[in-house]
Amino acid sequence: MAAAGEALRIEGLRKSYGDLAVLRGIDLTVAEHEVVCLIGASGSGKSTLLRCINLLEEIDAGRIWIEGVEITGRGVNVDRVRRRIGIVFQAFNLFPHMSVLRNVTLAPRKVLGLSRAGADEQAMELLSRFGLADKRAEYPDRLSGGQQQRAAIVRALAMKPDLLLLDEITAALDPELVAEVLDVIRELAAEGMTLVIATHEMGFARDVADRICFLDEGVILEQGPPSVLLTSPSQERTQRFLQRVISAGRL
Amino acid sequence: MSGVAPTTPPELLGSRGSRLLGRMRPSGVLVAVLSTFVFFGVLGYLIVTSPGWPRVQQSFFSPEHFATAFPDIVVALWKNIQLFILAEVLILVLALGLAVMRSLPGPVFFPLRLMSVAYIDLFRGVPSILVVYLFGFGIPGLRLPGVTNDPFVLGLIALVLVWSSYVAEVYRAGIEAVHPSQEAAARSLGLSRLQGLRYVVLPQAVRRVIPPLLNDFIGLQKDTALVSFIGVIEVFRRTQIEAGGSFNFTPYLACGLVFLVLTIPMARFVDWLAARDRRRQLAGLAR
Repeated sequence: MAAAGEALRIEGLRKSYGDLAVLRGIDLTVAEHEVVCLIGASGSGKSTLLRCINLLEEIDAGRIWIEGVEITGRGVNVDRVRRRIGIVFQAFNLFPHMSVLRNVTLAPRKVLGLSRAGADEQAMELLSRFGLADKRAEYPDRLSGGQQQRAAIVRALAMKPDLLLLDEITAALDPELVAEVLDVIRELAAEGMTLVIATHEMGFARDVADRICFLDEGVILEQGPPSVLLTSPSQERTQRFLQRVISAGRL
Repeated sequence: MSGVAPTTPPELLGSRGSRLLGRMRPSGVLVAVLSTFVFFGVLGYLIVTSPGWPRVQQSFFSPEHFATAFPDIVVALWKNIQLFILAEVLILVLALGLAVMRSLPGPVFFPLRLMSVAYIDLFRGVPSILVVYLFGFGIPGLRLPGVTNDPFVLGLIALVLVWSSYVAEVYRAGIEAVHPSQEAAARSLGLSRLQGLRYVVLPQAVRRVIPPLLNDFIGLQKDTALVSFIGVIEVFRRTQIEAGGSFNFTPYLACGLVFLVLTIPMARFVDWLAARDRRRQLAGLAR
């Protein structure tokens, strides 16, 4: 049984694509209101882990609980699970044929059964909060990358998820647009949203994370508070990864 | 923030010659006019000076026969238009069902995929006229109680079956062209597979395939003449009757003309849509 106050628990998660073992036994527990950052080289399994938590990928072995309820058992309604977990993608994945407002209100209306007026009102509240109220009628391709990503965050938030997964959400942005998106995440973290964030932005991870997990070859090699993990990691591979990051000027 | 895409004027975006004249300077237009006159002048001269021309002119280009046959042919065309419109509506629905069946993932849906593939292979693989014959003569031959013997209805069914298989493949191409990340985004929000298909994938897919869909409808418009072979008095059968009664082929010319009046506007509309899409794409890239 999962303890109270636990937003997410993962035990022994494994995932392979053919012969390629991407996740080789992940154990991770995230408390409510906790902000966990996943760092690691490209291909270390960060994105796959997030997609597994959201059941977008079928897992090979292991179990996952959300708020103490197992979501990996047989007969689980995956659509119901996904309502409680929001995910924001690197490439935004906004629906190009819908205005920003319709992007945000689609799921509340079709999944939660909100009325159009109710969904619109809730969406406008969120859009105003994130500085997108005047973009409500625009189509995604008329927005800057930063605006698109903020719209995607609003779309995920409109489902009032218990847990929000962020998959390298600034990796596809021009450098000058990164800050506006990260500020939004800082705000969410400050409000107590439970966040699991895959990121290459070490400075951001240091500021926002309660805990940082270093993924290496499909396992969480080392984890701890940013002050410890980013400054005096105990594992040699973590040290080497951080050295590379520092020499690339990313920390 | 570089928020708004500049609307690039279309004339700055390279035209790829979809329009007949493209971007021609006045001197270019003059050359085009001259060469056109010369080309068609020579061609016309060769035809009208050929030894058989007087005879051909009499049997294919007779104004009197044209004037007699034309009104009847136009009236008969109404049958083809009815057939075409009814068939088009049914095809759009049936083909979408087939395409969705064929796109369903996972082992559970294998039987549905199999059925869809078999259907498409079968009806796309045999000549339309054969299907029209089988339905037009085969179904009445069975003498099933309660089943219509109306050749119009049977011909309609045959055309719908044949053209659904083409249109289903067009739809499928559109569905497959929508990036999987779109479905992932829809599912991640809690939408079911069907909801994702209905609200996210299909609207994008259909938009992309409108030009090829219309292209297939031009083919369908022409194929409506096939039902003449099972006894529907439509435009082609009416033309044959006119021609047979007068021992003159001019009605065929009239028949060809009325088909062109149907299909050419559609073809121009397809061109216009394709050009508009290309402009939009370029405008998107120009940011």
